Amino acid sequence: MTEPRSGAEEATGRNRSTLIRLVVSAFLMFGFGYALVPFYEKLCQVLDVNNLNKQDNALPLNTQVDRSRSVTVEFDANLHRLPWNFKPVTGSLVVHPGEIVTVEYEVSNNRENAVTGQAIPSYTPSAAMQYFQKLDCFCFKQQTLAAGETRRMPIAFLVSPSLPKDINTITLSYTFFEVPGANAANVQSEKAGG
Amino acid sequence: MAAIPGGADHSHDHSHDHHPSGLMRWVTTTNHKDIGSMYLWFSFAMFIVGGIMALVIRAELFQPGLQVVDPDRFNQMTTLHGLIMVFGAIMPAFVGFANWMLPLMIGASDMAFARMNNWSFWLLPPAAILLTGSLLVPGGAAASGWTLYPPLTVQMGIGMDMAIFAVHILGISSIMGSINIVTTILNMRAPGMTLMKMPLFCWTWLITAYLVIAVMPVLAGAVTMILTDRHFGTSFFNAAGGGDPVLYQHIFWFFGHPEVYIIAIPAFGVVSQVIPAFSRKPLFGYASMVYATSSIAILSFIVWAHHMYTVGMPVAGQLYFMFATMLIAVPTGVKVFNWVATMWRGSLTFETPMLFSIGFLFLFTLGGFSGLVLSMTAVDVQLHDSYYVVAHFHYVMVAGALFSAYAGAYYWLPKWTGHMYDEKLGKLHFWLSLIFFNMTFFVQHFLGLAGMPRRIPDYSLQFAEFNKISSIGAFGFGLSQLVFLVVVLKCLKGGEKASAKPWDGAEGLEWTVPSPAPHHTFEVPPVVK
Repeated sequence: MTEPRSGAEEATGRNRSTLIRLVVSAFLMFGFGYALVPFYEKLCQVLDVNNLNKQDNALPLNTQVDRSRSVTVEFDANLHRLPWNFKPVTGSLVVHPGEIVTVEYEVSNNRENAVTGQAIPSYTPSAAMQYFQKLDCFCFKQQTLAAGETRRMPIAFLVSPSLPKDINTITLSYTFFEVPGANAANVQSEKAGG
Repeated sequence: MAAIPGGADHSHDHSHDHHPSGLMRWVTTTNHKDIGSMYLWFSFAMFIVGGIMALVIRAELFQPGLQVVDPDRFNQMTTLHGLIMVFGAIMPAFVGFANWMLPLMIGASDMAFARMNNWSFWLLPPAAILLTGSLLVPGGAAASGWTLYPPLTVQMGIGMDMAIFAVHILGISSIMGSINIVTTILNMRAPGMTLMKMPLFCWTWLITAYLVIAVMPVLAGAVTMILTDRHFGTSFFNAAGGGDPVLYQHIFWFFGHPEVYIIAIPAFGVVSQVIPAFSRKPLFGYASMVYATSSIAILSFIVWAHHMYTVGMPVAGQLYFMFATMLIAVPTGVKVFNWVATMWRGSLTFETPMLFSIGFLFLFTLGGFSGLVLSMTAVDVQLHDSYYVVAHFHYVMVAGALFSAYAGAYYWLPKWTGHMYDEKLGKLHFWLSLIFFNMTFFVQHFLGLAGMPRRIPDYSLQFAEFNKISSIGAFGFGLSQLVFLVVVLKCLKGGEKASAKPWDGAEGLEWTVPSPAPHHTFEVPPVVK
């Protein structure tokens, strides 16, 4: 009887080792499924096949720029009875029509209280106005500066490619006006002073 | 002791045969024949459930417009039909064959891990309840198609979670079943039964079991990723979180293409047993069959993306997957050639198993040809997700796997029950199945070529005639399967006594034991010369 018994035990041992090998393989393949995730991303990156992702990361290219022409844009700043300091950070700039440019103006309030102002633009030559397209500007709304505050404010613009050929220089001039009564505390103090 | 009064068939074993009777016998059984029978009955029950769903689909498509179910239910029907037929009917059916026949064919007394075998079967009913029960929950069952593609699967209700858990359970069950099969075949063969002497059915199951162990965990991983995307804030496939839905398709089809062969290869094995028996000739090119089956299995890992030509793959990728896919036709051609060559100059008789095998041979080859058509990228871009694809895979799944399962069932029924089945009814079952199968699915080729998309409950008027034919065929096919149930029940109840070897051309150890096979066989291993 001992002979078949040991044979049976041997068979059980063999079965157990096969079982362990196969169970481990199954778990490895479960992991392989997960390993496909980074593998897929890497493969797409290396082979450059998943261009959906690529376009998301790249900046949009402006195809409307007319590189054959250059226009000088000059920036000017004026104050109308306002105790502020107001000046462009960049005095003048050469741009291609169609190119989106951002420049900044610096403004500071010298008064002891908050002041609200509104900037009004004017263009020279005035014919350039309709070709000067502002995407963002501090002149779009009233600006309130706290006492002693200094601030940099942007203008994003482009000069339209359809700008007439004879205009080579555009001067953009801003004048800041105080908005009376916009700041309650200010009005109060002025009345008290007056 | 004499535990079962009147159990003459079981009296063969004396000392340790006092297993429980009644229901507990089946719940606690570790006997490979009991478990095999349970697998077969379970798969037939699921075949009926999945078939009823198919008939709901065909009833809706009987004429244009919406009549029977609303589109949401329709999508749930296509999804559950696919999942149930693939994981609930076809796979368990062949595991049932493996459980019943492998130990008998290699001269082993039982499967290697008898208790694990019991567990792998009893995991199936809970999965079936999860799948069918999901029809009753709010939001209904999963309605994404059996492929469970995100982003739909990331959005659906609790029915989707139930489907995911069902897939997990079915996967664990089939992995355990496969571990059992591999261990049994590698370690438990009778003395002298070398690998290359094994019946081809054993070889095909050995290869299939390795495929299952390799790819079912990958599917489990994929659906787990969907589950964590749904509930735990990961973004594997959720584009809003930086994931990629196409990645799911790659992982799914890395499982999905070998899965096609997990279904087909055991079918090859059954046919490779039946055709030599009724040709009264040994299988032509046995060794080449083994190598061809192995090459099909290996190639199945490197062709998955032919299911997804339209996701925006680079041309180089499309070309690679196209040529690799066409390469599979070579070993498949070897197999078809060998089957035909086995019949060549054989003394053929056409009993029901042989009829189903020849039906398999014709229709599976047709399905293979339409598969070759679909493997061409330029053509597939036109036919992708059309009824041509539906026709193609039903030719390989129904006329391939199901017909082969019927061939096997008729072939071994005498061994299982001890009675001959009713040959007239069997032949009736075959001819009805053959005619109605082609009526259902052949016209779907034309529908697909004309541009009818799959998984849509409504269609434009020009598709009406073919859909009507297809729906009538489907109901005919469904009803014909009840003939099989009658045959099996009749065969269980009685009929002509079957001898140990009822087919004079049959070869193999399973025919050396009496019919019906006693509860315990080969307790002393036979010696194979």
